Amino acid sequence: MSKSYFDETHCAFGHPKSTFMQWMLTIDHKRIGIMYAVVMFTFFFVAVAAALTMRFELFAPGQQFIDAHTFNQAFTLHGVVMVFLFIIPGIPAVFGNIVMPLMIGAKDVSFPRLNWFTFWLYIVGCLVALSSLFNFSIADGSLVFNFADTGWTFYAPYSLNTDTNVVTTLVAAFILGMASILTGLNFLVTIHRLRAPGMDFFKMPLFVWGIYATAWIQLLATPVVGITLVLALLEKYFGIGIFDPAKGGDPVLFQHLFWIYSHPAVYLMILPAFGIMSEIIPAFSRREIFGYRTIALSSAAIAGVGYLVWGHHLFTSGMSDIAKVMFSFLTFFVAIPTGIKFYDWIATMYKGKIVLDTPMLWALGTIITFAIGGLSGVTIAMVGSDIHLQDTYYTIAHFHYAMLGGVVFLFFAGIHYWFPLVFGKMYSEVQAKLAFYVLFIGFNFLWFPMFIAGYLGMPRRYFDYLPEFQIYHQISFWGAIIFVTGLIYMFYVLIQGMRNGKPTTPNPWNATTLEWHLPSSPPPLENHTKVPYVDFRPYEYHHGQPVVKFDENMKRID
Amino acid sequence: MAHDSHDSHEYVPEIAVDRNGKEHVVQGWQGDFDGAKLGFWLFMLTEVLMFGAMFMTLTYYFTLHHADFIHASSELDRTLGGINTVVLLFSALTMGLGLLKMRSGDVKGAKLMIWATILLALVFLGVKALEWTNDYNEGIFLGLETMQAGGGKSFGEILFFGMYFTMTGLHGFHIIIGIGLMLWLLKRINSKKVSPEHHILHFNIALYWDLVHLIWVFVFPYFYMTGAGAIHG
Repeated sequence: MSKSYFDETHCAFGHPKSTFMQWMLTIDHKRIGIMYAVVMFTFFFVAVAAALTMRFELFAPGQQFIDAHTFNQAFTLHGVVMVFLFIIPGIPAVFGNIVMPLMIGAKDVSFPRLNWFTFWLYIVGCLVALSSLFNFSIADGSLVFNFADTGWTFYAPYSLNTDTNVVTTLVAAFILGMASILTGLNFLVTIHRLRAPGMDFFKMPLFVWGIYATAWIQLLATPVVGITLVLALLEKYFGIGIFDPAKGGDPVLFQHLFWIYSHPAVYLMILPAFGIMSEIIPAFSRREIFGYRTIALSSAAIAGVGYLVWGHHLFTSGMSDIAKVMFSFLTFFVAIPTGIKFYDWIATMYKGKIVLDTPMLWALGTIITFAIGGLSGVTIAMVGSDIHLQDTYYTIAHFHYAMLGGVVFLFFAGIHYWFPLVFGKMYSEVQAKLAFYVLFIGFNFLWFPMFIAGYLGMPRRYFDYLPEFQIYHQISFWGAIIFVTGLIYMFYVLIQGMRNGKPTTPNPWNATTLEWHLPSSPPPLENHTKVPYVDFRPYEYHHGQPVVKFDENMKRID
Repeated sequence: MAHDSHDSHEYVPEIAVDRNGKEHVVQGWQGDFDGAKLGFWLFMLTEVLMFGAMFMTLTYYFTLHHADFIHASSELDRTLGGINTVVLLFSALTMGLGLLKMRSGDVKGAKLMIWATILLALVFLGVKALEWTNDYNEGIFLGLETMQAGGGKSFGEILFFGMYFTMTGLHGFHIIIGIGLMLWLLKRINSKKVSPEHHILHFNIALYWDLVHLIWVFVFPYFYMTGAGAIHG
């Protein structure tokens, strides 16, 4: 039995004997990815709990469980944790770390110690973000929390005036932003420098393309929001006057600076997810991907166009009409490269030998949910309809269909796809499929009524509502119950698989990319025994069988 | 394959062989000069974006409060600011010379030049402190009563000085970080971790210092010179 990366590791410094310290100090990209996943999904459930609390409160009009102020803090907590702690680091930090170096035949990322440092920077950011949760007091026998109540967007001037703990949240967002920048930087250099000999950019797997486009966004957009948050802090405590209209500042400028980052950040979330889709579709259709170059370049196009569309968040905030029309027009453009990808995936499946294993089910489910999420985005990119729909449940439903039904679903797809690679064991296929169906049904019950409620005028972030909206909130509530049940079940299945799953071979899916050609499963510490020479395209199938085969020294034998 | 888990991360050169038997060198992450250089250039890009966002904000308000900005700018001390500019430009020279000496194998000369850069950086900080003290005594500083709305200053002036302290403060912070980096570099040179054959750290810190002085080259005219021609009083 050969040693895997669970048995031995390289450390940032020192040679600790204890397993615990070896994990804390590890610089192995696979271990760091796993640690990210554990921390991230812990916080994911914190945010889910906050959301569920809100759903309970909204079951009926009027006050049930929490008061209005706590409700504001609950949606801020949900937004901050989901956006900054979970979905922005999300797929790059987990699968970018675990899989990307394996896919390009590297031994590790370019700066493994920086990677270790970045992980701990992320942890510090998480702790700072949640520290103010513990700053509560008890008044009249009930808990009074002091968490920020601004929403995750921290719009000025309210964020400058509120008495709650906005400062820790802003500082945390800044630290997490730095971690994100350093991750992106590390991956960019890795992809440029450490590809196996012969692997040019157009021989890279498409997930690597997704990570590459994402890394550029992380690098180029995050500093702007970082400095914006610093300016907001200085404004709050020293009154430099930038965003405060009482001193001649312009609160809309804050929105511009915020969304210059935060809109590209949306593509930062979705691009690696699309990368996962591009891996799964050919592997489970047993067919070479259709339009490799168009998928790769559309990732770059989305990243590029994504910079020019932030203004569509400000249609109701005061902008010149000409600017509104321009931003609206540019926003439509994003749909083009996205559409290209979708048609490429569907064309890949055409006449393929489709295998409906769990990862493929998740990918197919996402095609439905993300199509709804993406196309509803086009409807609110129009200035006219956006004036009506902005800050309603319609927008909420749109971005949850895109983010949860797109990014997180594909994240789950990736978890099921690379699970045997990471742990060398397999979860129960039957149970995992059942979990998918429960989640998929619950998801649609949870979010689809919100399109209707929003269209009829239900505003977002409201603690109370008119009685005619009750039916939509109640359908959503039952959807949420099904969805959370599915989530718990899915993680139960995965954890069971991790503990008592059947051992697998290194390539259980008959996939073609390099991460499936490792000598053992789980992989050894320094990945491939030998680095292969790459003179083949990433997804070559012939009659449903992988074309490229290697001997134990990673020499081609086909 | 490592025989035990506690070995060092030493790079074992590897060769990949293609189907024609031709050999190709595999690039490892260890000792990758070009990779480290690329990484640091990318990091510099993030710094440029960060300061770029602030310059953009500044420009926006300059168009809104044109006359106020010029008036506020005329109150800054151009002599001290000018001296600091010269000091910083000289420090960039010493830093560059240090790197040249390191490359040509003159480790002792390189160390001397790094010390000179540290000295000039300290002079810069000293002058900056003097300047800020003078500003403070004239009632111009972050958080003072006179800097609040209704404290006797116009919106434009409050914004100008607010941005002035933010940006020169952040720049000063970069100088302090730079001094720390240079001290660390000297330690690494003394312990032979940085040498003429392996000087990527020196190279990147020189790059950093260039950026720090480059930012100042934009900060100085923007804050000090816009009001240079204004008639005071």
